[in-house]
Amino acid sequence: MMKKALLALADGTTFEGTALGYAGETSGEVVFNTAMTGYQEVLTDPSYTGQIVVMTCSHIGNYGITDEDGESIRPWAEGFIVREASHTASNWRSQESFSDYLVRQKIVGIEGIDTRALTRHLRDQGSQPGVISHITMNPKTLIEKARHTPSIVGQDLVSRVTCTEPYSWNEGTGLWPTEISSGHPDSTPKPSTSYKVVVFDFGVKLNILRRLVDVGCEVHVVPASTSAEAVKAMTPDGILLSNGPGDPDAVPYAVETIRTLIGWRPIFGICLGHQILGLALGLESHKLKFGHHGANHPVLDLRTRKVEITSQNHNFAVGLSGPHESGSQGPEMFQSPWGQVLITHRSLNDECCEGLLGVDMPIMSTQYHPEASPGPHDSAYLFRQFVEKLMQQQTT
Amino acid sequence: MPRRTDLHRILLIGSGPIVIGQGCEFDYSGTQACKALKEEGFEVILINSNPATIMTDPDLADRTYVEPITCEVVERILERDRPDALLPTMGGQTALNLTVELYQRGVLEKYGVHTIGASYAAIQKAEDREQFKDIIQGLGLHVPLSGSIHSRQEAIQLIETIGFPAIVRPSFTLGGAGGNIAYNREEYEQFVEWALVTSPVKQALIEQSLIGWKEYELEVMRDLNDNVVIVCPIENFDAMGVHTGDSITVAPALTLTDKEYQRMRNAAIRIIRAIGVDTGGSNIQFAVNPKTGDQIVIEMNPRVSRSSALASKATGFPIAKIAAKLAVGYTLDEITNDITKVTKASFEPTIDYVVVKIPRFTFEKFEGSDPTLTTHMKSVGEAMALGATFKEALQKAIRSLEIDRFGLCSMYGLDGLYQTNQSAQTDQEVMAEIRTALQTPTANRMWQVADGFRVGLTRDELYAITHIDPWFLEEIRQLVEFESVLVHARDAITVERYTRAKQLGFSDERLTQLLKHPVDTMHALLSSSGLSLPVAYKRVDTCAAEFEAHTPYLYSSYGTACEARVTDRKKVIILGGGPNRIGQGIEFDYCCVHSAMALQEEGIETIMVNCNPETVSTDYDISDRLYFEPLTMEDVTHILDVEQPFGLIVQFGGQTPLKLSWGLANIGAPILGTSPDAIDRAEDRKRFGALIDELQLRQPRSGMAQSHDEAHHIAETIQYPVMARPSYVLGGRAMQILYDADALARYLHTHAHNLATHPLLIDHYLDGAIEVDVDAISDGQQVVVAGIMEHVEMAGIHSGDSACSLPPYSLNPTIIEEITKQTIALAKSLHVVGLMNIQFAVQEGQVFVLEVNPRASRTVPFVSKTIGIPLAKFATKVMLGKTLAELGLTEAPTLTHMSVKEAVFPFTKLGALDVLLGPEMRSTGEVMGIDGDFGWAFAKSQAAAGNALPKSGVVLLSVKDADKVRTVDIAQRLCRLGFTLQATKGTAAYLREHDIAVESVNKIKEGRPHIVDVIKNGQICVVVNTVGSAASQDDSAPIRKEALYQGIPYFTTIPAAKAAVLGMEAMRKGKLRVRPLQEYQAALKGMQL
Repeated sequence: MMKKALLALADGTTFEGTALGYAGETSGEVVFNTAMTGYQEVLTDPSYTGQIVVMTCSHIGNYGITDEDGESIRPWAEGFIVREASHTASNWRSQESFSDYLVRQKIVGIEGIDTRALTRHLRDQGSQPGVISHITMNPKTLIEKARHTPSIVGQDLVSRVTCTEPYSWNEGTGLWPTEISSGHPDSTPKPSTSYKVVVFDFGVKLNILRRLVDVGCEVHVVPASTSAEAVKAMTPDGILLSNGPGDPDAVPYAVETIRTLIGWRPIFGICLGHQILGLALGLESHKLKFGHHGANHPVLDLRTRKVEITSQNHNFAVGLSGPHESGSQGPEMFQSPWGQVLITHRSLNDECCEGLLGVDMPIMSTQYHPEASPGPHDSAYLFRQFVEKLMQQQTT
Repeated sequence: MPRRTDLHRILLIGSGPIVIGQGCEFDYSGTQACKALKEEGFEVILINSNPATIMTDPDLADRTYVEPITCEVVERILERDRPDALLPTMGGQTALNLTVELYQRGVLEKYGVHTIGASYAAIQKAEDREQFKDIIQGLGLHVPLSGSIHSRQEAIQLIETIGFPAIVRPSFTLGGAGGNIAYNREEYEQFVEWALVTSPVKQALIEQSLIGWKEYELEVMRDLNDNVVIVCPIENFDAMGVHTGDSITVAPALTLTDKEYQRMRNAAIRIIRAIGVDTGGSNIQFAVNPKTGDQIVIEMNPRVSRSSALASKATGFPIAKIAAKLAVGYTLDEITNDITKVTKASFEPTIDYVVVKIPRFTFEKFEGSDPTLTTHMKSVGEAMALGATFKEALQKAIRSLEIDRFGLCSMYGLDGLYQTNQSAQTDQEVMAEIRTALQTPTANRMWQVADGFRVGLTRDELYAITHIDPWFLEEIRQLVEFESVLVHARDAITVERYTRAKQLGFSDERLTQLLKHPVDTMHALLSSSGLSLPVAYKRVDTCAAEFEAHTPYLYSSYGTACEARVTDRKKVIILGGGPNRIGQGIEFDYCCVHSAMALQEEGIETIMVNCNPETVSTDYDISDRLYFEPLTMEDVTHILDVEQPFGLIVQFGGQTPLKLSWGLANIGAPILGTSPDAIDRAEDRKRFGALIDELQLRQPRSGMAQSHDEAHHIAETIQYPVMARPSYVLGGRAMQILYDADALARYLHTHAHNLATHPLLIDHYLDGAIEVDVDAISDGQQVVVAGIMEHVEMAGIHSGDSACSLPPYSLNPTIIEEITKQTIALAKSLHVVGLMNIQFAVQEGQVFVLEVNPRASRTVPFVSKTIGIPLAKFATKVMLGKTLAELGLTEAPTLTHMSVKEAVFPFTKLGALDVLLGPEMRSTGEVMGIDGDFGWAFAKSQAAAGNALPKSGVVLLSVKDADKVRTVDIAQRLCRLGFTLQATKGTAAYLREHDIAVESVNKIKEGRPHIVDVIKNGQICVVVNTVGSAASQDDSAPIRKEALYQGIPYFTTIPAAKAAVLGMEAMRKGKLRVRPLQEYQAALKGMQL
């Protein structure tokens, strides 16, 4: 008979299911992800540190696990919740079954629960701490534990995931090209000179590094706490602020560092990197009710009215403080200590700020993930835009 | 970008009759397009020859031309109405092909009409295989090795580079028609010859076969601002080699990694941009090598399709509706998502359930047809189911098919067995049989896979034989294993295990089969444990619950939180017709949709239950609430429990809901309209006989035989010819006309195996009688005879297969009066409340009642459109208690025009041995010709059915002796029209005796050149061929078959030949005129438009 497992949420809701993965107990903020492919990429995305992920797609694990598709060297999600896990793998690249992987990587999971009911609950009540246990089936104990699970608000999760030493990276996306536009085929010649980019690792996904290599960058990854002086000493052509877990207000040291780098070299911020850049520019952060986690989020470019289908994973967002006009009529401009900044993108779903572009200084950022993985490659062009900025910088 | 303001009037081309490969999914898309364009304030002009569609309802478009979909007709419409634009992407391949033809002939330019959605250039790029290949390769993507050929010579050269196996496909045909896989040179040459003949442009495509690769489809949408979204990835359960229309398909794609899926998505986006489809939906098919991940682009349809209908129903994203809005200038971000009401259409749906579609086939009706599934589509319908998991969805889809299977029941009596390897238990013979059966893909393959697991074949072995992805095989294995656990624990089923079974999608019916005791005991077990059956309804919301769903589009799932949110309004449930099949198709869906509209007009909440993804009825826009569920007692009962409706309507969905009506009445379901008892009285032979006697009406003499001897005795007593049929048959299955005792003996030998339990029904066959179909409506008091249709073919030909005329074209008024009288008497005696259909036969001035069906019939839409009265709507209101008088319907209007309905057959697609019409229905669709007189209406119906009558040429006559007298008149009139006659010896001699000039031609047996040679050589323009005995039928089958494949109009009855002559005479006398339904109907109401 299958072993039972229990999920308890801080608000007292419980779901009984079947044990999946490592036999144990885990806690974290429960969030749902609506992507239909890419469970391995989700599991290994450092941004999920501190979170238990509910996959809304019915079947997870079907195509197994392959080293090639990891977004970091190990899974970071605190726990995994699925409707039905596949215990065998069917794919030519698969090296291990999904369930074996969870066991090996000590990820506690639960399957066989009504993930739709859970998702609706999180949508209506907001994401909240929860506990998955294979050990005790006592709801009271688990609810209590869930209540004592610290909120991700104010927690410096970045320090848990960032690298300890700088390293360089030279592998591209290889077999898995990313361009969708017939006008910009993969064969776009790489720039003759290669640009040196320093990547602040707030929890970087490897595909960001691969994409930088694809567009001709020499990539150097540094720990989140690296000082501006140390970065300047590396004489990069540009700086990338990576994605990462949790609350941007919990990494004030990074915000400070970035303040001193704005205007010095082109900066590209992604996800948490975008939020950190936003805070540095004077925007304010707020927590979303249940966040954006999925691979189908439409984002409108307010300048061109073009829509990108994007991959997203964030619980916090940045925006202008106080009341403001929605930007559906065009890009909004705001004043920062370094000059004017455009809000270039907004979510079509909830008008959340999704992109920034410096008018008076070379910065750009997106709340969504142009490196995708998992998710659509519509925004892959942004890496090229970043390189164009680096080229301009060199010529001026 | 907002709506274009430079357009006012838009022409929409429909897809015409339902044929294999082009089904009622185009009524769904066309209806959505009409509604969307009207909503935007455009004037919509529609042409579609199919009267059974919702889209041809006069309320939907401004001008609805139910006319043949030909270049000539469209030119008349352009001349008359001067539309600004043509939307060619909603009517399947028919509309695309016609658009290409209109463009090439310069018609569009002449009338200043430009296409919206897809341009001529884009259509050509997607449809012309060479251009398509160049574009795909130019994008750095791969296509199968291929080339097109125009001759046998070229074909032989090409195969050198492509190699075997190779697919041979005729160019520009529907539904992959004619695609065949050649494994050797001999087959190859044979297929090439056939493909060249079949292709309308005499071109064939030779292609590398990707047999065994995985198959996927993406539904892609693009707007004028170049935004592109993928609505849904669909994965085929069956590997490449089986046409996707014949494959079991699954959404979302389940066995692709994100890397692989994104590669496919990127390719799809680049393709739609490169082909240049401006706006709207396209379908792109891919093959994936399971060993290397290599992807190959198979094809693209630059239009909505069967798959886009499926994707729309699977996700809740209405592709056709949005495509229509994009075509008139909107961009995706300007269109609101109907279901969430807060988000935009510019996104990609994500689904948190699994959708399974299973096709439905009808091989049993076509003697000699080959049930092997190939690249050439053969299915006639499909059922779709949604479930929380693949297993649940699969089992729901199986029972939705209505093929008397309620799960993965064994085909070899092995239920409950499960072996992990071959053990001593394994019956080697059965295993060998299963292995052999699995080599050839057929409709039974999934069941055979289950049996494979039962006898100990492993997943790897099954994969090697079938190439079905191991993930799917594993799912089936788990179901088989679970069944065996259940069977072994048969006497000690716990609540937990029962609940688990329900979560896995097991029906009570299947559980009863496995456990060998009724599941009522299970329900008792549950209630004794204080538990109720935890069936819940979930919403299809496009977004995996991320946003609230405001549209109640529901599916059931076990053991989960319910989102039905039942209202306390007065509500009525309509049961739909389930998967399309021959005998039950779009006509019934039309009735269900009309019923929903009528209920809404009455302020009643409407709830639709159906499982056919192709239909308009399963559009969530049609009713207040939609349950996408199997139409079985169990599933319907749960909905009744949840909804507690005021009423239940079973009259409109054909046999499907009718079969459930007794059971539903027994559990107290509030069935509206005619009582189940009255239905039984009409269907039960004995009770019906009593009714006929009571009313002093006539029926053909008949008897019921429980032994062969008794059958012969009855046949002698009631006199030959007789019509024989096994009891409990649908659509005339195995029904035959027998002329003598020999024929009866042969029939008994093949069809009557168990007469003691399934007696044989034998009726006297009314030779040469005229058959008449009547549709009537009654409120229980008053009866209105809405339409009397005279069949063109004589009685004995299934009414669904016969052409018919409304009003009658040859019956005298006395007969019509008598038929009216009898109809009223029958309706009153049966206390019909709602619709009723009666089939009469008229022989030598006497009227016989053949059959009474107290429900909506196949002809309701045809009659409604002809007389301008929406019968199903009125019937619904009558069922709610209104009287006909209150509704203002006291008599049918006197018609000033004629309508002819003609049937359309799938013979070429199924490779049937013979094309003779008979008592078993075999048509898949119908068309309507409408005009001022019968001749023109008939001529139009023939043109619409693809058998346009010629204006000159050689007519070939070969008739049986009994028909010779009546052939004289036909021959004389043909001569007067300037046709030359050829005839087989007997016929020729007889005609010469009557001073008719005719040339003789050899019968097949008489030496060459014979009749088939003459047809093959293209010398003949019409064939008239009637036959009597079985032997002569066999002899002459090649004649009819050749005419069919050559596309030459052929007539197998004298009345039909005569109708054709009337048609040709009309064509000679006057010019083709086109007129919209709205004008015909206004004329009936004495109004001027």
